[in-house]
Amino acid sequence: MLPDKKGHFGIYGGRYVAETLMPALLELEESYYRHKDDREFQEELNYYLREYVGRETPLYLAERLTQRLGGPKIYLKREDLCHTGAHKINNTLGQIILAKKMGKTRIIAETGAGQHGVATATVAAMFGLECEIYMGVEDIKRQSLNVFRMKLLGAKVQPVSSGTNTLKDAMNEAMRDWVTNIYNTFYIIGSVAGPHPYPMMVRDFQSVIGRETKRQILEVEKRLPDHLIACVGGGSNSMGLFYPFKDDVEVGMTGVEAAGLGIDTGKHAASILDGSVGVLHGSKTYLLQDENGQIKHTHSIAAGLDYPGVGPEHSYFHDIGRVKYASVTDKEALDGFRLLTITEGIIPALESAHAIAYTMRLAPKLDKEKVIIVNLSGRGDKDINTVAEALGVKI
Amino acid sequence: MTRITKVFQRLSANNGKALIPYITAGDPSLELTKKLIFQLEESGADIIELGVPFSDPMADGPTIQRASERALANSVSLKDVLYLVSEIRMNTEIPIILFGYYNPFFTYGAEKFSRDAKEAGVDGVLIVDLPPEEVDELKVYVDKAGLDIIFLTAPTSNEERIKLIYVTKVKKLTDLPVGVGFGISTPGQAGKVAKWADAVIVGSAIVKIIEDNLNSPDMVKKVGQFVKSLKDGIG
Repeated sequence: MLPDKKGHFGIYGGRYVAETLMPALLELEESYYRHKDDREFQEELNYYLREYVGRETPLYLAERLTQRLGGPKIYLKREDLCHTGAHKINNTLGQIILAKKMGKTRIIAETGAGQHGVATATVAAMFGLECEIYMGVEDIKRQSLNVFRMKLLGAKVQPVSSGTNTLKDAMNEAMRDWVTNIYNTFYIIGSVAGPHPYPMMVRDFQSVIGRETKRQILEVEKRLPDHLIACVGGGSNSMGLFYPFKDDVEVGMTGVEAAGLGIDTGKHAASILDGSVGVLHGSKTYLLQDENGQIKHTHSIAAGLDYPGVGPEHSYFHDIGRVKYASVTDKEALDGFRLLTITEGIIPALESAHAIAYTMRLAPKLDKEKVIIVNLSGRGDKDINTVAEALGVKI
Repeated sequence: MTRITKVFQRLSANNGKALIPYITAGDPSLELTKKLIFQLEESGADIIELGVPFSDPMADGPTIQRASERALANSVSLKDVLYLVSEIRMNTEIPIILFGYYNPFFTYGAEKFSRDAKEAGVDGVLIVDLPPEEVDELKVYVDKAGLDIIFLTAPTSNEERIKLIYVTKVKKLTDLPVGVGFGISTPGQAGKVAKWADAVIVGSAIVKIIEDNLNSPDMVKKVGQFVKSLKDGIG
């Protein structure tokens, strides 16, 4: 079972943090292990996942998309139908219930696209806890709708203007806050990234996606799927879908990274495909960095994928070959966005549109008898302005 | 005996305490860093903590973050920092401790770094995000090269963790000099800390003077005056 006791997935993961954070991580790990299999904790989590988030989410056969691509049956795991519009809330709910059990009264989080920020602000409002969200000023500009949503939900949005003014800088700032306010504050990390126990804990909370999917596909198709496809930024929605299938060797899995303007332009966020091993935000993993170990600027049209690292377990899955990683450009993602919208009447998040775009590439090459499942991790309302701008439309 | 050990022996013989100023290498230029190091020594510094710039200095406040950004604007790398140390080593014996984040060291390569740092005349390393749990991959080579490795403890560290830090150093509790830093900005504060610590570390307050005098010909002098006042405060 991975990770090992110190949070390593092979050579990846671990706890590369300042000593100031170590006691907090140990406390978190201890209480996570104590509660995770506890019946009371699981019952409370399942209750809110069902009654508040609206799980289980459908596994929807996208017939028109299937026809259009002329290949295998394509199912969509509809995480976009979760309360708040994305899979992020599966994790924030789990972590905030844990925070309550630990007696923490203040919640902080980092956010890129704003989806994790909204999902955190939402559960904080629901449980009546004080909440502060760190967000890069660049992201605040391009995700103004989510910023307003967070504020409506009672959260304080802290603009971060350092480094590249995006997700990684927001994470730096959230960690600084945590160091300072460790006694009453719980830091809800939104991806399978960061120091141990976060990659494991977020994976476990998101695995509800894959567990449901497995049950659902066995029910309708009476067999396992041939292929799973999901986008990868930090990698929480993909890990959530993939993990429960990891031992089913007949199931192929592809994680789709953001190629931005193209891998060869250097303006992208494909950490696994174009990065090298390094240490950032508490774990060893593939990173986009220069030859001196400085973290590079990244680019993706999808703010939620615009991150120079990736969850350490993805790095491990890449090395052992369990998951294949591919990439699609901004332009391809926009094609995916439009195709899903027009064929299925579902407007996907630009992040999820990367998974759709890869499906457009893969599906025509496969037999009609095969079955593909795509994780539709979020809905695209938040991206309407970005898409309009990219298409040269004034709203 | 290492240069660091010598300093503490000399000081403890006279019941004195060490003053350890911090500056970021390459802030605002490598040339000025050299001048600053000589000035720091002249003004009473016993050891120098030399920051290796990093793009994501997670554990530092805004002042030192900006110092890192200024250095990186000149593309200052770990290689440049080692070269700088080898240059000043021709003219001074003051112990130099490199302070930084792990990624640039990891990318450089633990073994190569340890060898090159020793050769350049570095005395110790303090890597903020390398706690005892993860330190082995570097420590093997740093030990072999004969460099000291310095750990941080925090107000949040309990007894068990502090013990782990000592055990990792494989030294007896009493052998280890204890330095205290973070937030010391006046000679008065430095004096108070020196009553119960072996060394006083001052970072942001010095970097702030550099920042406030980026275009002033008196920058080095002003830093020197401040450090002298800290030294007097320690007594």
